[in-house]
Amino acid sequence: MRIDKPLLQVKNLKKYFQTPGGMLHAVDDVSFDLLPGSTLGVVGESGCGKSTMGRAILRLQEPTSGTVLFDGTDVTACSKRELKALREQMQIIFQDPFASIDPRMTVSQTIMEPLIIQHKMDRRDKKGLERKALEIMELVGLAPRLVNSYPHELDGGRRQRIGIGRALVLRPRFIVCDEPVSALDVSIQAQILNLMQDVQKQMGLTYLFITHDLSVVKHFSDEILVMYLGQMVEKCESKRLFAQPMHPYTQALLSAIPVPDPRVRMQKIPLKGELSSPIEPPVGCRFAKRCPYATSACTQKAVLPREIEPGHFVACVRAGEL
Amino acid sequence: MDTILEVKDLVIHYETDDGRVYALNGLDLDLREGETLGLVGETGAGKTTLARGIMGLVPDPPGRIKGGEILYRGTDLLRCSNAEMRHVRGKKIAMIFQDPMTSLNPVTNVGVQIAEAISNHEHLSHRDALVKAREMLEQVGIPAGRAEEYPHQFSGGMKQRVVIAIALACNPDILIADEPTTALDVTIQAQVLDMLRELREKYSMSMLLITHDLGVVAQTCDRVAVIYGGEIVESADVFSLFERHLHPYTQGLLNSIPKLNEDVDRLQPIEGMMPDPTHLPEGCKFCTRCSYATERCRTSHPVMREVASGHSVRCFRYEQEERHEDR
Repeated sequence: MRIDKPLLQVKNLKKYFQTPGGMLHAVDDVSFDLLPGSTLGVVGESGCGKSTMGRAILRLQEPTSGTVLFDGTDVTACSKRELKALREQMQIIFQDPFASIDPRMTVSQTIMEPLIIQHKMDRRDKKGLERKALEIMELVGLAPRLVNSYPHELDGGRRQRIGIGRALVLRPRFIVCDEPVSALDVSIQAQILNLMQDVQKQMGLTYLFITHDLSVVKHFSDEILVMYLGQMVEKCESKRLFAQPMHPYTQALLSAIPVPDPRVRMQKIPLKGELSSPIEPPVGCRFAKRCPYATSACTQKAVLPREIEPGHFVACVRAGEL
Repeated sequence: MDTILEVKDLVIHYETDDGRVYALNGLDLDLREGETLGLVGETGAGKTTLARGIMGLVPDPPGRIKGGEILYRGTDLLRCSNAEMRHVRGKKIAMIFQDPMTSLNPVTNVGVQIAEAISNHEHLSHRDALVKAREMLEQVGIPAGRAEEYPHQFSGGMKQRVVIAIALACNPDILIADEPTTALDVTIQAQVLDMLRELREKYSMSMLLITHDLGVVAQTCDRVAVIYGGEIVESADVFSLFERHLHPYTQGLLNSIPKLNEDVDRLQPIEGMMPDPTHLPEGCKFCTRCSYATERCRTSHPVMREVASGHSVRCFRYEQEERHEDR
């Protein structure tokens, strides 16, 4: 067995927001380790806190409490200057390729901006910048003729390639990918996923891959973390999660995916109601109200993830017996 | 099964400053009584233009209906006057849109919005329309007590249920659902699709389900039509399509989605991207992305050929397989 030191260690990460209705628990006590070169998929429904978690790890939003260790450095304790230096190694790809790039900057300007911000290259070195831009554009599959194009001239797939290029230009070690293919058509989605896999191999990248698309996450991730209302409910190796989901929420979630084969009739586990409010959530299991197996024990005290089998964490009092 | 809606050789273009957008180019489609027909395609294929065309809602300008027929129980909707179309829309053919957030009025409570649809078509007092609106809410699984609430008080899935209640309020024959669950989470999507299926049976409607999700198609539809570059490239019943997908584009679509029951190291995307709708290729619309394309595909335009019972494809590769009923 490989014994690698984790590249990223998240411990008891919390992010709360003050709202008129009380404290909103967007991310509530999430802990996990991420090995270098691997991909952790984060899945959950809208509002479960998966994007907030990704942002809190990079300190794009200040965590309320908890620690994030990146290669041993405590990101949460960094000064602004230290954080800027660290950002060279930690990047993000955003969901919406229409909103996340500046419409008034050309392709090369967008891709090169991080280098200028990090003082890796001089703004006046036009030749050098263009050469570097073309190098990255080739890496992400953008034709050289687009070097001076503006985003409005490009379709969603190409824009997302710009977003990926911008994240790669500093040669980071870790990238948070926040729904990078959700806004794209299926045929383009496959192109982008392949591209991301290729650059991961080439550059030895570590990904935190946030998505709501369960088929994509299975294809793409080594491990999967399932979130529900700000908490981690299950985490294990990707294939095992799909073969043997243990948390009732994961089971219901997986059973709801429409199978692209008409001969397979889905055995759906119906869920009552919808996501409840993350504002001042009750103690105990947050899924209990919708859970078909809930007992009185579920709502009495906080349910923490337990390691049911090696590497398989489940936050359910009845895990293992179901 | 009888055909309830037949679209014949429909051509719709948009005249824009950047040139003419060839949105639909001779599209043929038939919807049979009581079935759910899935229309599958990607952004820019012409799915929404078709839905708008059927509803008589193509914005003009820039939209121009250049030709074709849309026959609803034998009547050509394209020849109907505006007044006649108002009796069709909502009453005979209803539509639900992709984004429930923008299709409801934010400053009117949902009960009144449903009642408005009812009073447009039925001679009911305001009070009776409101009573019926509350019944419709119950039908879509929302307690009638919430009729006085406003759209912002509902979640995305609940809003889409309200939109469905409005669409079904006048008991239409045909429901056109344009990506009804794309904006919803997977567990909510499952709830909404199940509900649509039940209501379709209960009200014995026919449904045209527009989607890009092949999983939704496989689980919900009876027949499928695949649209590319403003024309149908393959159509079949759902079982034969998933068993034997013939058109290179359909094959490409199915290969590019990650499947839960199979493990692949690498996805096989369709190379290239959708052709520019102002400059569509001359021959087969897919020839620029097709790995089988020959010189002939670039110059001449293939026709739909029926290669097995009810299974038609627009591709020269299947010329030899064409079925001849009279042989």
